[in-house]
Amino acid sequence: MSTRLRVTIAHPAALLHWTRIRLFATWRSSCVTLAIVYLAAKLLPSLFDWALLRAIWSPSHAALCRDTRIAGACWAFVADNYRFILFGTFPAEEQWRPALVIVSLLALYAVCGFHLLRRPTLLRLWFGELVVIAVLMWGGVFGLTYVENERWGGLTLTLLLSTFGIALAFPLAIILALGRRSGMPLIRWLSIGYIELIRGVPLISVLFMASVMLPLFLPPGVSIDKLLRAQVAMILFAAAYLAEVIRGGLQAIPAQQEEAALATGLGYWDRVRDVMLPQALRIAIPPLVNTFIGFFKDTSLVVIIGLFDFLTSIKVSLTDPTWSGFGVEAYLFAALGYFAFCYPMSRYSQRLERQTGYGTSLRALRDN
Amino acid sequence: MARRLDTRQRAVLCQILLLVALCTAGWYFLTNVVDNLLSRRIASGFGFLWREAGFEIGESTLLSASAADSYLKALTVGLLNTFRVALLASTFATLIGGTLGLARLSPNWLLAKIAAGYVELLRNIPLVVQLFFWYAVITESLPAPAEALNPLPGFYLSNRGLAVPIIVTLLPLQIEHPTLNAFNFSGGVVLSPEFTALFLGLALYTAAFIGEIVRAGILAVDRGQYEAAQAQGLSQGQIMRLIILPQALRLIVPPLTSQYLNCIKNSSLAVAIGYPDLVSIANTVINQTGQAIEGVAIIMLVYLTISLTISAAMNFYNRRIALRGART
Repeated sequence: MSTRLRVTIAHPAALLHWTRIRLFATWRSSCVTLAIVYLAAKLLPSLFDWALLRAIWSPSHAALCRDTRIAGACWAFVADNYRFILFGTFPAEEQWRPALVIVSLLALYAVCGFHLLRRPTLLRLWFGELVVIAVLMWGGVFGLTYVENERWGGLTLTLLLSTFGIALAFPLAIILALGRRSGMPLIRWLSIGYIELIRGVPLISVLFMASVMLPLFLPPGVSIDKLLRAQVAMILFAAAYLAEVIRGGLQAIPAQQEEAALATGLGYWDRVRDVMLPQALRIAIPPLVNTFIGFFKDTSLVVIIGLFDFLTSIKVSLTDPTWSGFGVEAYLFAALGYFAFCYPMSRYSQRLERQTGYGTSLRALRDN
Repeated sequence: MARRLDTRQRAVLCQILLLVALCTAGWYFLTNVVDNLLSRRIASGFGFLWREAGFEIGESTLLSASAADSYLKALTVGLLNTFRVALLASTFATLIGGTLGLARLSPNWLLAKIAAGYVELLRNIPLVVQLFFWYAVITESLPAPAEALNPLPGFYLSNRGLAVPIIVTLLPLQIEHPTLNAFNFSGGVVLSPEFTALFLGLALYTAAFIGEIVRAGILAVDRGQYEAAQAQGLSQGQIMRLIILPQALRLIVPPLTSQYLNCIKNSSLAVAIGYPDLVSIANTVINQTGQAIEGVAIIMLVYLTISLTISAAMNFYNRRIALRGART
């Protein structure tokens, strides 16, 4: 069990003691330790050799990658395709614009994560950011050239899909969560039906719905582009999961809170806005972050309907004859990219859970 | 003079308005669909299910479908393929996940850290990426069948997939081992690269989540139980087997079931690497017939049926194992 035991490693006797109780406590524990050390000694050097020592880094040495006798990992693939992987087919001379979008989004996430600003300021900042993103990505004003959204792609698109997806799913999720607790049977049953339907089917079926079914529902002559359709599908999907998290928060509020609000004569929407939601959302922050991590990972599914996000860009780069056959390196890089975003978020939510007093370990039982 | 409506009347009015709005929207979309189908000359209804599919399915479980078979049969084969991979992946995920959960609680620091690292790594990488990775490892990095890796006796791993021995008869026990022919294996069972990648990816990914559930379940058992068992003079293994696990299981089963459900739903990512599961087959059907609404409806209905059946079974089980007098 992970006791929070801090030992002064500097002292040799303490180190010896620590080693004895944590690595060689029983003969069985000693066997496990030795087995792990043996396996690590056998595997790690060759892995290190492949991934770093014999790796080919420069695209100009691409031909060397094919020589299996000398070449290790072919990271030159990443070096050669990084612009496409980050920005898709955005015009080369305008790529500072999506780069700025990525940087500003990351900065804003960091500001949120470290609680640097008060909530109203933060909300205003996010609205400002949405406008800035729209201006930078589309352009057409302030002397920026117009870029149609078929050319957006790469990591930029992944970040946009997940940020806008969660932001726009939120209002819908609140309505669904309130609807599920509503006293009106029609509203309650519609909310339950929607939430359970979406949670019961895989995301890919919702994406199919948006990519092949939705066009049939629009009047002839009207068409919505593929990116927007996928974004709508992601929003509809995320809303069902978010609604359940928010409902969990609403249920955790003591009943007296709503009764007291009722007694002071507040109307339904006042009760919801001033009493229920502020408390429910605060309780629900850690599971909300977890939902966001899941959603961020789920955006990678747009590869199946052919939208040029981070993963699709990498997959498409592999079709270049120069780089075909380096899938292992390419997908290791993709994994690293997603991990770099998801892992800090997951640490963040774990820290929040410790602060709010929910046991981290119990999360797995509660969330599912 | 207009009387103010009371709360109940307002609620009724609200719901009537909502119903009218929904019906209007529904009617609007329906007319659009009818117009679109007519102008694009797409048939509607499920009559296509009995038409000839015209495509082969590479692999199949129990039932096989040739090009001459109907769409219905093709979809059934797809569904069986979904079940096959999900069942196998869930089984292995439970074994690996259980081990991970116990390993994370091990007093051995190294073992606990490695298990924790595994969980953090696998949970924070999208499953599609992991599937692509395993598929690339199998098809690009593994040797041809002639130089196949032989990790266990009878098991051969090559860029054509995984060849495993198969039990022909149980009594007396007869096992058929795969043997290498000119270019490929015969005998035993040869699992395709697509199946192997999907199975491996799903099992390892789901195991990370199951590991967390098992760990949390064990930690949630009151510490007094452990101490009392120790005072009775039970050994560590006995304490785990007889005292902790039976109590932890009550907490573990509900989230475990929803992980199995996730596993079935996630198996739909098969379409990304070309394993012919229900969704891949339905996708092909949609492309061939243009009947997108029916195709998506079939996918959703099948998954919804599976989800609801499993939840119902879980609720039944929960009621049975619930402590007497406990709130459910």
